[in-house]
Amino acid sequence: AYRTDEGQPWVLPVVKKVEQMIANDNSLNHEYLPILGLPEFRANASRIALGDDSPAIKEKRVGSVQSLGGTGALRIGAEFLRRWYNGNNNTATPVYVSAPSWENHNSVFMDAGFKDIRTYHYWDAAKRGLDLQGLLNDMEHAPESSIFILHACAHNPTGTDPTPEQWKQIAAVMKRRSLFPFFDSAYQGFASGSLDKDAWAVRYFVSEGFELFCAQSFSKNFGLYNERVGNLTVVGKDTDNVQRVLSQMEKIVRTTWSNPPSQGARIVATTLSSPQLFDEWKGNVKTMADRVLLMRSELRSRLEALGTPGTWNHITEQIGMFSFTGLNPKQVEYMVKEKHIYLMASGRINMCGLTTKNLDYVAKSIHEAVTKIQ
Amino acid sequence: SSWWSHVEMGPPDPILGVTEAYKRDTNSKKMNLGVGAYRDDNGKPYVLNCVRKAEAMIASKKMDKEYLPIGGLADFTRASAELALGENSEAFKSGRYVTVQGISGTGSLRIGANFLQRFFKASRDVYLPKPSWGNHTPIFRDAGMQLQAYRYYDPKTCSLDFSGAMDDISKIPEKSIILLHACAHNPTGVDPRQEQWKELAATVKKRNLLVYFDMAYQGFASGDINRDAWAVRYFIEQGINIVLSQSFAKNMGLYGERAGAFTVICSDADEAKRVESQLKILIRPMYSNPPVNGARIASMILNTPDLRKEW
Repeated sequence: AYRTDEGQPWVLPVVKKVEQMIANDNSLNHEYLPILGLPEFRANASRIALGDDSPAIKEKRVGSVQSLGGTGALRIGAEFLRRWYNGNNNTATPVYVSAPSWENHNSVFMDAGFKDIRTYHYWDAAKRGLDLQGLLNDMEHAPESSIFILHACAHNPTGTDPTPEQWKQIAAVMKRRSLFPFFDSAYQGFASGSLDKDAWAVRYFVSEGFELFCAQSFSKNFGLYNERVGNLTVVGKDTDNVQRVLSQMEKIVRTTWSNPPSQGARIVATTLSSPQLFDEWKGNVKTMADRVLLMRSELRSRLEALGTPGTWNHITEQIGMFSFTGLNPKQVEYMVKEKHIYLMASGRINMCGLTTKNLDYVAKSIHEAVTKIQ
Repeated sequence: SSWWSHVEMGPPDPILGVTEAYKRDTNSKKMNLGVGAYRDDNGKPYVLNCVRKAEAMIASKKMDKEYLPIGGLADFTRASAELALGENSEAFKSGRYVTVQGISGTGSLRIGANFLQRFFKASRDVYLPKPSWGNHTPIFRDAGMQLQAYRYYDPKTCSLDFSGAMDDISKIPEKSIILLHACAHNPTGVDPRQEQWKELAATVKKRNLLVYFDMAYQGFASGDINRDAWAVRYFIEQGINIVLSQSFAKNMGLYGERAGAFTVICSDADEAKRVESQLKILIRPMYSNPPVNGARIASMILNTPDLRKEW
C-alpha cells in the first residue's frame, strides 16, 4: 500500500472530494447494483485500460465485469476459463504463472479448478533482470492454448517489466502458438505516472488482434484498497462473442457474490466521467508515482555513495511499488532481526515504505547486511 | 475465429431478470413485485435514517482506506455474531465461534459452501427445503456440492407441510447437511412455529445432521430481532453446532453495500481459531478481503446504543 513521506496512508484528495459529492447527493440510495456492476464504472474502467481510441471499443467487442478488486476480477476470469476455454470444463489446460509472481495467482487458478499450474521463466537473479530467452523458450514449448498470466506493468514482485520491443517478441510467439493472454493490471498510472504508458502492453496485444482478459485493480491507483474496486475487461473477436461470454460470467458472479459493492465503483465512475475530476485524479496518481521514483533514486544514490558492494542500478530501473533488492535470505534475516526493517524473504521491499526520514537508516542497513553477511 | 464460438448464451437470472424486464416495460401501469428489496408506501427505495446518521459519523472520522483483514472488520463480525446468537449466548461468551465478513448473504453462503466442500468429508449432500431461494442450488453446486430436497411447502394449504418435512428429514442419511431458513422463508413466507422448531431440532440431532442456517431477514420478519433469531439460538442451546449465513441487505437496507457474515459454531475457541485460518485461505483467492463500507455502517449502528435503538 502507498505511504506518504510521513509514512501514513493517503486518501487521494480527489477521492475525498468525490465522496463528499456522493454523500451530499440525496438521490442516491443503497439499492443492488446489476450483477455485472455499475454500468458507468464498467465502461469507464475498460476505457482507461484500452484507451479512448481503442479499436476494440469502437467495434463494440469489449465487455466488462465489475469485480471485488483485482483478485475478484482474476477469479471470475479464471472460473470462466475453466468452464468455457479450450473445450468445456477443461481443467487440464495449463496455466502459466511467472517465476516469481504474486503468490495469490496460483491459489486463484487452483481454487477455480485448474489442475496444471506451471511457472514460466521471468526473473534472472544473476543479472537482476528479465530472463527474456527463458520466457520465450517456455512459450515456444508450452502446449497450444495454454493460459499465460502477464503483468501489464510494474511486475510484482520484481518490478521488472519487458520493454516494448520485448513485449512485441512475446506477443509474436503467443500469437503463433495460440496462447491465451490474461493480463493482471494492478498498477496502471501508479507505475510510471502515465496511464497510457502503463497500458502499452495490453493495448499492443489488442492491436495485434488477440482475444484477451485484463484484470484491473483500482486499489492502488485510486487508493481505494478496502472498497474492493476492480474490473475484468474482456476483449473478443466481435460483439456476439463478447455478449455470450458476459452472460456466462453473470452466472458465475451470481453464485459468488450476486452483485458487487457500490461505494468504490461510484467513486471511480464519478471521477473518470468528469474531465476536471479525471485531470485531478491523474495529478494525484502522478504524486504517488513521483514519490516512489524519488525514493528509488535516493536509495540508489545512497548505496552507491556508501560503496555498497554490488551494482544498484536495478533500484531505479525497476518500476512500481516493489523492488527486488537482490538481498539473499540471510541478509534479509539480518535486516529484520538486527535492524528491525521488515521485508519479504525474497528480498522484495515496498518502495512506498521509504521516506526522506528513513532513507539513510535503510541504506546503511542494506550496506551492513551486504558487507557482513554473504 | 474466436475462442468463444461455442459459449452458449446464458439465460437471464430468474429473479433479477424480472426487474430487468420490468425496467424495459414502457407501460405506465407497470409495477415490480419481483426482486426482494423493501419499498415504502410510494414504491420507493428506503434509506434508513440510522444508516444516514451512521454514514455521517463515519465520514466525520476521516478514516483511511487500508485493506481490511481477510476475515473482515472485527467490530462488525463480533457485533454480527452477537446479534444472531444473543449477548447471553454461552457459545458467544465462551468464544467458541468464528465469524467472518462475507459479501452479503450470497457471499457468506458461498464461503460456507466452499468450506463444507473442503472440510466436511462425511457427505456432499445438501438438503434444501422444497422450495428454496433459487440461488441456493447454483451456489452449492458451483461449490462442488450435491443438492437434495425435503418436503416443506404444502401448495394445497399454502402453509407448512410439517409432517412431510419431518418424514423426509427423519430419513436423511446421517451426517448430511441440511439448510434451514431461520425466519421469513424465501419464497414461501411460511415458517415453523416454535414447537415445530423444537421437533425439527430433535430430529436433526438424532440424525446427526450438519445444520446450515440462512438468516437474511433477522428483525425484518417479525419486527423483533430476538424472535426472528429464536430458532438459531434454540438449536445451538440444544448442542447443535450450526453454521450460519447472515445478510444485512434487507434489515439495514444495505443491499448494494454487500454486508454479510458467515459463522461456524465450534467445540471450543481453539477449534474456532483453526477454522478461521481455513476460512481465510478460502477467501483470499476469491477476492482477497471484503469491502469496508457496508460493514462500517452496520458496525456503527450495532455498536452505538442510540443508533442501535433507532435501527
